[in-house]
Amino acid sequence: MSSVPPLPRWADVGLLPIINLVIALLVSGLVVLAVGENPLRAIDIMLQGAFLYEGSLGYTLYYTTNFIFTGLAVSVAFHALLFNIGGEGQAYIGGLGAGLVCLALDAVLPGLVLIPLAIVAAAAFGAGWALAPAWLQAYRGSHVVITTIMFNFIAAGVMVSLLAGPLIKPGQSSPTSRRFSENAQIPDMQEILGAVGIEIARSPLNLSFVLAIAACVFVWLLIWHTRFGYAVRTLGHSPQAAAYAGIRIPRTIIAAMAVSGGLAGLMAVNEVLGVQHRLLLNFTAGYGFTGIAVSLMGRNHPIGIVLASLLFGALYQGGSELDLEFQTITRDMLLVIQGLIILFSGALAYMLNPPLARLIASLAHRPREAPA
Amino acid sequence: MSEFAFQILLTLDATLRLATPLIFCALAGLFSERSGIIDISLEGKLLGSAFAAGAVASVTGSVYMGLLAAVGVSISMSLVHGFACITHRGNQIISGLAVNILASGLTVTLGIALFQRGGQTPTLGPNERFQPIELPFADALAQAPLLGPVYDELVSGHKLLVYLAFIAVPLAALVLTRTRFGLRLRAVGESPEAVDSAGVSVPWLRYRAVIVAGILCGIAGAYLSTAHGAGFIREMSAGKGYIALAAMIFGKWRPWSALFACLLFGFLEAASSRLIGVEFPIIGEAPTNLMLVLPYIMTVVLLAGFFGRAEAPSALGTPYVKEH
Repeated sequence: MSSVPPLPRWADVGLLPIINLVIALLVSGLVVLAVGENPLRAIDIMLQGAFLYEGSLGYTLYYTTNFIFTGLAVSVAFHALLFNIGGEGQAYIGGLGAGLVCLALDAVLPGLVLIPLAIVAAAAFGAGWALAPAWLQAYRGSHVVITTIMFNFIAAGVMVSLLAGPLIKPGQSSPTSRRFSENAQIPDMQEILGAVGIEIARSPLNLSFVLAIAACVFVWLLIWHTRFGYAVRTLGHSPQAAAYAGIRIPRTIIAAMAVSGGLAGLMAVNEVLGVQHRLLLNFTAGYGFTGIAVSLMGRNHPIGIVLASLLFGALYQGGSELDLEFQTITRDMLLVIQGLIILFSGALAYMLNPPLARLIASLAHRPREAPA
Repeated sequence: MSEFAFQILLTLDATLRLATPLIFCALAGLFSERSGIIDISLEGKLLGSAFAAGAVASVTGSVYMGLLAAVGVSISMSLVHGFACITHRGNQIISGLAVNILASGLTVTLGIALFQRGGQTPTLGPNERFQPIELPFADALAQAPLLGPVYDELVSGHKLLVYLAFIAVPLAALVLTRTRFGLRLRAVGESPEAVDSAGVSVPWLRYRAVIVAGILCGIAGAYLSTAHGAGFIREMSAGKGYIALAAMIFGKWRPWSALFACLLFGFLEAASSRLIGVEFPIIGEAPTNLMLVLPYIMTVVLLAGFFGRAEAPSALGTPYVKEH
């Protein structure tokens, strides 16, 4: 392996992820071809559906908001070399926190107090749900991957029990809570921009998008510009070095997981406070898992995560158009694309590293060797 | 025989049926993880092979062709996982996750393309499904006191794959503890350097381990769609792969203990579906939703080391880099 020259940084950060993405999309195209449809037409419909149809951009950005939160959540834990696959459950319980605040207080508090309180509750509940796996990893050495998987299922069980029991809207049989009152609802972008004279089409895009961007800045500051972030990254690079440098490892693990869970919990702000305005089953809809793909593609950096979230937002919104246009391709095609992206950009991320490095090295050396 | 005892018997009967896919999957996870490869893709392999079995049985009209296809599909999914984790030393969790998500998407996409039924396969006829096997003298002995009904209801009348699951456990234990392959497989999960320095190929051993895992998951998938059910329905694995993973951990990576965990988790599922809406004194309506998550809670508590200690193979999750 020592004969492989190092890959230049620009190729590692810019070129390799794009090549991996292209391979994933090409294989997805083969699947489309295999079920007897035209991949180019599918891409065309997805692009139009994601960006051009009326209101589609709003939908794309609404999905993007979810993916930014869950992607950031995965990335913060990953910087400490912790694999948090519990984003789904943490977002679910985060929604419970926000919902409980709204259901309890939406008759007495004005929106300006209630909504921030609900947002804090979402983050706190999400963080709280990550605490048990974090504590077990930090002090008992139980693998955080396994425990967060288990906690996803436990979260689902808790939510079903609560929504079918104490939280169900009286007099109905489907397990959802009552609707929150108006003052608990985060305003739509359409209303806000309409107030300053900009007309946009109706979509679920709401002010949570701004919160998501703020969360990106927060994570960037936290990870690269604070003592805590330094501790997290040191731990991620080498636990031995971290221990030797006097970093308290268990405490750092727990704090990193709490921040991660809190960010995942914030995803519920977009869904529960921004769009659904009530608690219902499965509002997380796999966004927590998609966060893993987003974080992988975005190389755990907020800028990368915003770009990857935009890509997945476009895939989700464009993918819903596939349902309407094709007989044989449905939204489930999205899962195929997502799985292939995780495979090629994640598990096989460095498969092409050695050949690419050799190629670049040979291209770089040729002009210098030529005159001699 | 009292009504209550009869109900218990029926619940235990259902336990065996529900535990069967868990047993195959837990053994699959065991082979993979004892060799050092984390396998959270049990769920995806279970789903993929359930689809393959349902689709092929429906097209060919033969349940055994379905089983063969299920095993084939599951092995190829194992090989994808192996290619990423063994050959390219990719992250085993990420690779497993990719397999799971791919399985969710591909089964429905291909199902719609093949059968135009929203991702389901057509309902399977008698030749396309495994049929119950009546053990000898079941009818004759049914009237015997006590043991008669137990033999007739509980032991007899299951599908072939149920009996196979209970044969697979001692077989797996035997392979892991008494054969050269099993001993080397366990060694490679604890100390791959030692195996390598003995001149045995670490990658080839691990590939064989994930192939065995593929075969076992394939049988479990075929059981879901062609024995337990009568055709494939979307997301039919419904988290069973993860419960099996939990059972394997709960069983401390050992075949017999894993069997016990599978039976326990199967019993919880069987009991909870019988207790829906049943009122109890003091606690009121049975908390069936919470009973269904009890396997996960128990596994977490076990992992926390509060009763017994679950020690994973020491090289689990670490890719092996050969020294030069």
